[in-house]
Amino acid sequence: MARIPLKKSRFGKYGGQYVPETLMPAIMELEHVYATLRTDRGFQKEFHECLKQYVGRPTPLYFAKQLTRTLGGAKIYLKREDLCHTGAHKINNTVGQALLTKRMKKRRVIAETGAGQHGVAVATIAAMFGLEAEVYMGTEDMARQALNVFRMRLLGAKVTGVDAGSRTLKDAISEAMRDWTTNVRTTHYLLGSVLGAYPYPMMIRDFQSVIGRETRRQIMAAEGTLPHCLVACVGGGSNSIGLFYPFLKDARTEMIGVEAGGMGLTSGKHAARFAGGVPGVLHGTMTYLLQDRHGQINGTHSVSAGLDYPAVGPEHAMHHDSGRIQYTSATDQEALEAFDLLSQEEGIIPALESAHAVAEVIKRAPKMKKNQILIMNLSGRGDKDVNQVAQMRGIQF
Amino acid sequence: MAAPSNRITATFDRLRRQGEKALIPYIMAGDPSLAETETLVVALEKAGADLIELGVPFSDPIADGPVIQKAAERALRTGTSLRGILQSVKSLRTKTQVPLILMTYYNNIMAMGESEFCDAAVRAGVDGVIIPDMPPEEADSLQRASAEKGPCLIFLLAPTSTTARKAEVIKRTSGFIYYVSITGITGAKLRDRDSIKRNVRVLQKKAGKPVAVGFGIATPDDARQIAAFSDGVIVGSALVRKIEEFQHSTDLVPEISRFTAGLKTALSDSC
Repeated sequence: MARIPLKKSRFGKYGGQYVPETLMPAIMELEHVYATLRTDRGFQKEFHECLKQYVGRPTPLYFAKQLTRTLGGAKIYLKREDLCHTGAHKINNTVGQALLTKRMKKRRVIAETGAGQHGVAVATIAAMFGLEAEVYMGTEDMARQALNVFRMRLLGAKVTGVDAGSRTLKDAISEAMRDWTTNVRTTHYLLGSVLGAYPYPMMIRDFQSVIGRETRRQIMAAEGTLPHCLVACVGGGSNSIGLFYPFLKDARTEMIGVEAGGMGLTSGKHAARFAGGVPGVLHGTMTYLLQDRHGQINGTHSVSAGLDYPAVGPEHAMHHDSGRIQYTSATDQEALEAFDLLSQEEGIIPALESAHAVAEVIKRAPKMKKNQILIMNLSGRGDKDVNQVAQMRGIQF
Repeated sequence: MAAPSNRITATFDRLRRQGEKALIPYIMAGDPSLAETETLVVALEKAGADLIELGVPFSDPIADGPVIQKAAERALRTGTSLRGILQSVKSLRTKTQVPLILMTYYNNIMAMGESEFCDAAVRAGVDGVIIPDMPPEEADSLQRASAEKGPCLIFLLAPTSTTARKAEVIKRTSGFIYYVSITGITGAKLRDRDSIKRNVRVLQKKAGKPVAVGFGIATPDDARQIAAFSDGVIVGSALVRKIEEFQHSTDLVPEISRFTAGLKTALSDSC
């Protein structure tokens, strides 16, 4: 039937390319260009040079001695993505896609942002590469992440508030897709997580898997053995798949993805797609979605804007079904307690997103043996969240 | 592969014999309520609509501009669902035989199940379905489910579509081809009529199927110009904006009828 060759655009039964016809030629161009660059030595060299000189990679794999002692179980290592330029892993992907944008001879990039970390990374990289940038952000998120809005504007990006729907990340993505549909000939959509139509989930996973490759090298150098357990938070799922991907074939390494449990799974106010969702199609991809029985997307809740999204990356959906990666959740309350604990034990203020992973470490590490190794991806730093947490505790500056 | 001929094909055949162009208004089902949608469908037909598109509201309509987004929000607030819309279509079929086409995002169909959707739609009296976020790449299984009984799957082409994609859509579409006039979302401004004309003419020659043009057609004048070289025009946002304006007014039906009749007159002028 198909004159268009049937492509390998799926992760198991998930993924695909559910986008309007207007965008399909751009998606196909991206697929073609990336297929070439993926193995292009010049491109890969430029990418890694930029990660080294501009982002500050490799990031340390830090042995959290105090936390290990306090929890009294596994040896805990933190992969310090919070030390990347701009304060989170998001920049790894933006460097890759900005280089790609240049190769496609496009001058403008657009992006969505939830917590603002991806938006800041896009604004940063656009400034450095001389690209025009426009970032869409839900007005609800703009209010809780005002500092990042200011940072983006300072960097020269245009920040456009989205007042539709739930006024969060999902609505920002919808609006960015509308902009892309309108300006597709001149604009690259610099998507921030392993979501959207193929090849985005694969491409962004590739760019982020530098995290796992470094970690593997670093833990072998430090301990001479592979880790027993990897833990990372899962919003769209880019920091987690970035860490997990290079370990997928290591059957003895357990992997835990932590979703946002919000006010608890029974409250209905959460963003735990694997606990409360079923497969569906949103924003170009087939994956687990929080939706009602008619297929309308449900509102989500999380204290952390970066995890507050009703869909999860399609590659995660596949690994969920196969059981290769286990998924769990941490509530707002648990994340906030973890936020305090890591700050006080290690002198590292984690992003509220990453604090969800810390919460899982708090539950899991004590049950592990002292000679076992647990690595957690500290995906971002918490400076951006300090204002919000203070406000929640009734402190005004 | 094409669905059995139905009201859509029959209508385009009749119009061609009469030397007329199809007027295809779009309204959001359930905006402001399903009862009013039923009244509006009958009124639209009486005012000159040849086929009617019923939007199925979705919470995250990525191909739609603000006017239709807001209409979807209104429809969802009153509890409109795909199943409810199919009930309405069923009850409409006792009153009218105008071809009815659903425009729905794929997740609405997936939630119901592809084959259950096809069965239920045909049983209710739906003739065709347009799915803006389902390109040919993702259409195989729904196309298999709809091949025997219907409904017609109507595919879209856009100004950015390549020659290979045009050929693929021509092969797959049944009923007609939906040509998206602009690189953009619904309700945007119509531009560059000459290039729309060129593209539509090429499609008509290759396809041997009717080509209807939508997105950005807002006024009788737009409709007249586009109808001059296409087989039909789809008017959505402009009509939905009127519904928004008059949703609480007793003038809702007369206003919509008047606007539709104006479009129909313009189309007759173009022939």
